[in-house]
Amino acid sequence: MQNDDVIWDVIRHHHCSYMAKIQTGNFCRNPYNVTGICNRSSCPLANSRYATIRDHDGIFYLYMKTIERAHMPNKLWERVRLPKNYMKALEIIDKHLEYWPKLLVHKIKQRLTKMTQYRIRMVKLSKKVREKIMTVPRKEVKRESRREEKALRAAQIENVIEKELLERLNKGVYPDICNYDEEIFNKLLDKNKEEEQEEEEEEAEVEYVEGDYELEEEEELEDDIEDMGDFLKASNFEDIEGDEDDLEEQPSKKKVKKASVSYPLKQDDGTEKVTRKGKKVIVEVERDEDVGNRQHNVM
Amino acid sequence: MAKEKKRKAAEEAVEGDDYIEREEKKQKLILASQIKNKEKRSAVYAKLKHEKRVEKRKKIKARDAASKQALELGEEPPEKMVPRTIENTRELDETVCRPDDEELFAGNDADEFSAVLKQQTAPKVLITTCRFNSSRGPAFINELLSVIPNAHYYKRGTYELKKIVEYAKNKEFTSIIVVHTNRRDPDALLLIGLPDGPTAHFRLSNLVLRKDIKNHGNPTSHEPELVLNNFTTRLGHRVGRMIQSLFPQVPNFRGRRVVTFHNQRDFIFFRHHRYVFEVKEKKEGPNDKKSKASKGKTEKKVIARLQECGPRFTLKLVSLQHGTFDTKGGEFEWVHKADMDTSRRRFFI
Repeated sequence: MQNDDVIWDVIRHHHCSYMAKIQTGNFCRNPYNVTGICNRSSCPLANSRYATIRDHDGIFYLYMKTIERAHMPNKLWERVRLPKNYMKALEIIDKHLEYWPKLLVHKIKQRLTKMTQYRIRMVKLSKKVREKIMTVPRKEVKRESRREEKALRAAQIENVIEKELLERLNKGVYPDICNYDEEIFNKLLDKNKEEEQEEEEEEAEVEYVEGDYELEEEEELEDDIEDMGDFLKASNFEDIEGDEDDLEEQPSKKKVKKASVSYPLKQDDGTEKVTRKGKKVIVEVERDEDVGNRQHNVM
Repeated sequence: MAKEKKRKAAEEAVEGDDYIEREEKKQKLILASQIKNKEKRSAVYAKLKHEKRVEKRKKIKARDAASKQALELGEEPPEKMVPRTIENTRELDETVCRPDDEELFAGNDADEFSAVLKQQTAPKVLITTCRFNSSRGPAFINELLSVIPNAHYYKRGTYELKKIVEYAKNKEFTSIIVVHTNRRDPDALLLIGLPDGPTAHFRLSNLVLRKDIKNHGNPTSHEPELVLNNFTTRLGHRVGRMIQSLFPQVPNFRGRRVVTFHNQRDFIFFRHHRYVFEVKEKKEGPNDKKSKASKGKTEKKVIARLQECGPRFTLKLVSLQHGTFDTKGGEFEWVHKADMDTSRRRFFI
């Protein structure tokens, strides 16, 4: 026969499979437990008259068990559906558990409150957009990283990029790229210098002018326009003034160029850029000097 | 062993003049792996390997000799052997773009990116992150800001992504980049085209920041040149155009900046360089036989030299969704599934 005290004695002092012992206390894992704590008054096995609220798919049900049905475990728990409205649910609980011990009714109402609160929170959260965390099996992660390494090696990116850039250069995509063929520029310089030296004796001005134009085109082709921009503008003005300036400048510039060529090419671009800029400075200084000299000469 | 007995029986049955040959064949047919004795087995295997190596060397020598002879005589070296690579043996993909595909061009015109790519609108990029951002994320974003011109960074806050999309549309952005971080490392890149462009979800890996690159350069603010390599299939073409729409279409060549997206076996490698063209003198090697082909004693070649600046990372496309970000209701054009990885010769981009 059903004797609650005996049941509780046996369960508590020997073994209850629903009990979970944690640091803070003893908890009951029985789904029909109202409070969730392992207690004489909260144990659904050790109380022949008991009630709980359980939640199924967002709907709350009131479960009740009485001693009259203790011999029929199949039909032990009676279920009543509770409305979603909190106040109405309370009324229904009062109606069904009218003559039950007050402590139990109180605990049930507390449980109902908590459950409604968390149901509201769940609904709110589900409406919010949350990031879903997807896991990737480790095997796939490793496979991907291996394949990536091999693809990187097969790609030979730097070579491909260099080839592509050279192709574009040969196609003529770059209208004013100016830093190549220094050797050719130097050769042309030499040629022009010789021409002018010859023509100096003859004093054929027309040929001088032609030579200057050629040189200016070459100037545009070499190095960074950023460096030479100012120089170009100035040179245009000087063109009108006379040839001697250009003559003097070309050898100076030429010297500067040669200095740059002798620079070891293996330095990284950072320093090389520095030298280019330094060159710019050098050229300007020399030009100023030339101008000063010229004025001096005139005077 | 059973095999030997069978062979002996067969031999006796036929009894031809090739007795010796067959004996030799029988001996060869005994695999080294069938011998149970370890010492004997390893000895046999070592001998096998040695024989193979000797044969290989003979072949190589013969090939070299043949090519040398051919050069001497008729100047037609025998065909060079082409090694078999994964790219060579790639599975035939019917969606590979052909250069004369009118449908492709028509599609391009009606594309979401055509407005930007035809320079009707200038690209304006919004960069943001996932909700939790730490460690390498901000550094990476700074570098992205320097790579992509006209890019703006906004903090994420707790806005929903769809709201961010709306907000960006109002402010007339052309694309959104969301950098997603996982375990304190940027993990994924979400590229959303606007106003109703596709959404591409990439997985980011192997991120190397500028400060970790040796001899790195500092990029200027000139508009960069774009190089997009190997985007062959239709999907690849679409992804390529999407990436292209991030950058302005008028590169400033004086800046000599190049941004490369190189696709190899479905991995898109991102690199950012500054380049310089130089003339390199190549002196004649000891090959006097090529003297006919060469111009003179020194050959001048124009080469391009690169200095890496900016970050380096790889992307892998996870999914491409039609329309702006909507994972539940959106229509996915392409999703990576596990059974796409079964073949090692099949690539989609």
